[in-house]
Amino acid sequence: METVYRVMDALLPFACFRYTFMKNALLAMLLLTPLLSLLGTMAVNQRMAFFSDALGHSALAGVGLGLLLGVHDITVSLLIFGILWALMISRINRSGSASADTIISVFSSTGIALGLLILSRGGGFSNYSSLLTGDILSIGREDLVWLLVALIAGLGVWVLLYNRLLLTAVSPELARSRGVRTALIEYAFVCLVAVAVMLAIRWVGVLLINALLILPAAAARNVSRSSAQNALLAVIFGLVSGVVGLVLAYQLDTGVGAAVVLCAAVLYFVSLPVRRWMKAKG
Amino acid sequence: MKVSELLKTENGHNCHLCRVAVDHLTVTAEGDTLLKDVSLHIHCGRLTALVGPNGAGKTTLIRALLGQIGYQGAIEHQDAQGKHFGAIRTGYVPQHFPFDKQMPVTVCDLLASVMTKRPVWLGVSKKTREEVARTLSIARAEGLMDKRLGALSGGELQRVLLALALYPLPDLLILDEPVSGVDQNGLSTFLDVVDELTRKNHLAILLVSHDWAVVRRYADEVVLLDRTVRAVGRPDEVFESAAFRELFPVSGLAADITGR
Repeated sequence: METVYRVMDALLPFACFRYTFMKNALLAMLLLTPLLSLLGTMAVNQRMAFFSDALGHSALAGVGLGLLLGVHDITVSLLIFGILWALMISRINRSGSASADTIISVFSSTGIALGLLILSRGGGFSNYSSLLTGDILSIGREDLVWLLVALIAGLGVWVLLYNRLLLTAVSPELARSRGVRTALIEYAFVCLVAVAVMLAIRWVGVLLINALLILPAAAARNVSRSSAQNALLAVIFGLVSGVVGLVLAYQLDTGVGAAVVLCAAVLYFVSLPVRRWMKAKG
Repeated sequence: MKVSELLKTENGHNCHLCRVAVDHLTVTAEGDTLLKDVSLHIHCGRLTALVGPNGAGKTTLIRALLGQIGYQGAIEHQDAQGKHFGAIRTGYVPQHFPFDKQMPVTVCDLLASVMTKRPVWLGVSKKTREEVARTLSIARAEGLMDKRLGALSGGELQRVLLALALYPLPDLLILDEPVSGVDQNGLSTFLDVVDELTRKNHLAILLVSHDWAVVRRYADEVVLLDRTVRAVGRPDEVFESAAFRELFPVSGLAADITGR
C-alpha cells in the first residue's frame, strides 16, 4: 500500500492528493466507477434504470433488518438483502402481473419506509444519515482491498455473461432460440448489479448510487455505435466524473458524491447535442 | 442430373437425397388439438412452402420443428433410405423482430455474440470478424457488417437475420413470412438469396407465406395445412386442388390469375 501511495505522490503533483484520505478516495473512485459504468451499459439497454434505483433505496431496509437480526457487519447485511430484493423484484416483474414501473415503485417505497422505520427507532437515524449521501473520504485500506477483489470478481462474471446478455437484450426470443437460458442470465445479471450497488453504496450513498450506475452509461450510449465503443466510453465517462468530481469537491469543500454525479450529468447533457450532430452526419 | 453430382455437396449429408421427415405429428394444448396426424417431408435442396389459413397451425408446426413445444410423433433428419441422423438442427428467421432501435449494437456485434464466448464489448477479434463477414456474405449482407442494427432497413435486417440463422449451417431453415415490413425490392433480393441457398448449399427450406405469386415463383413444393395436411404437391397442383379452393375461396382465383 505504501508503494501505491509513493507512486501516486510521484504521478499526482496536486496539493489535494497529499492527504492519505484523498489518495484513498481517488483509489476508490478508480475501482468503483469502471464496474458500475460497465454494468450500467446493460442496465440502460435492458431498461432497468428504475429497477436499480429501487435496489439502491432498499439498502436502508437492508441495514435496518441486519441490525434487527444482530448482523454487525453492515456490508454483509447489505449484500444479502440486496441480492434477495433484486431477485424478488425481477421475479415479480417477469410474472407480468402489473406494469413494471408500478411494481418497482412499490418496492422502492417499501424499501425506504422499512429502512427509515427501523433505523429511526428511538430517534437515532442521524447515526445512519451518512448512508444517504455516502462518505468516500472515510474509506480505509481494508475497504479498498475488498473493492479491488469485488472489481476483479465482478469483471470476471461480466465477461462470462455478456454475450448471452446482449442477445437477450436485443431479442429474448432470438436468445432462447439460440439455447440461451434467458431467465437464468437475467437473474445472474441483477445479482451482479445488486452486489456492485451494495458494495458501492456506503461510499457513494443511497441517493446518488443510481446516478453513478446509469449516467455514464446513458451518456456513452448516446454517442456510441457499437458495444465496444459503448463500454469504453462508459468507463471513460465514469472515471472522468469520479476523479473530476472528487477534486471539485475538495476545492469547493462540498460533498463528494454530489459533485461526482453532477459531473456525470454534465457529460450526459453534452452527449445529447453530440448525438444529434452524429445523426445529422449519418 | 447424375447421382455423383447430387452427392457433391459442401458439407456431408446436406444433400438432395436427404430430408427432414415429420411423421404422424400431433400437438395438443389444454384439450385443443392444434395439429392432428401431420406427416410431411421437407427435402434438402428444395424450397417447401407452407400455406394455410389463419389458425391452421402453421406457427404450432414451426414451434414443434424448433423444439419449443412438446408433441406426439416424430421429427427426424433422414437419408434417402429413411435411416435417420438424429435430431435436426434448425435455423429460424422470425416474422417480426422487435428490438430497441437506439441500442448501440452493430451487425458484427450481434453475429460475434453467437459465434464466440469472448465478450463483444472487448472488441471483436480479426478471426471472428472474418467469420462474421463469411457468414454475412452467404446472405449478401457483407456490406452491413459495421452498421448499427437500428439503422438497417427492413430488407437489410431480414438478410442479417438470415445470415444469423445460417450460423451454424442448419439442416432445416425456416422462414416465417419474410415479406412483412419489407419493400418489394428488398423482398425479391431476399428471395433470390434464399433460392440460391436452396440450390447451391442444398439446404432444406420451409417458407411460410401468404403471397401466392412468391410461392408460385420460388417453391418447389407446397404443403397446404389446416390442422392436418390437406394437400401436397407442386404449386399449381395445390392451387388447383379442391382443398385450396375450399380454404381460400377468393384468393384461389387470384392465384390462377397470377399464374397466367
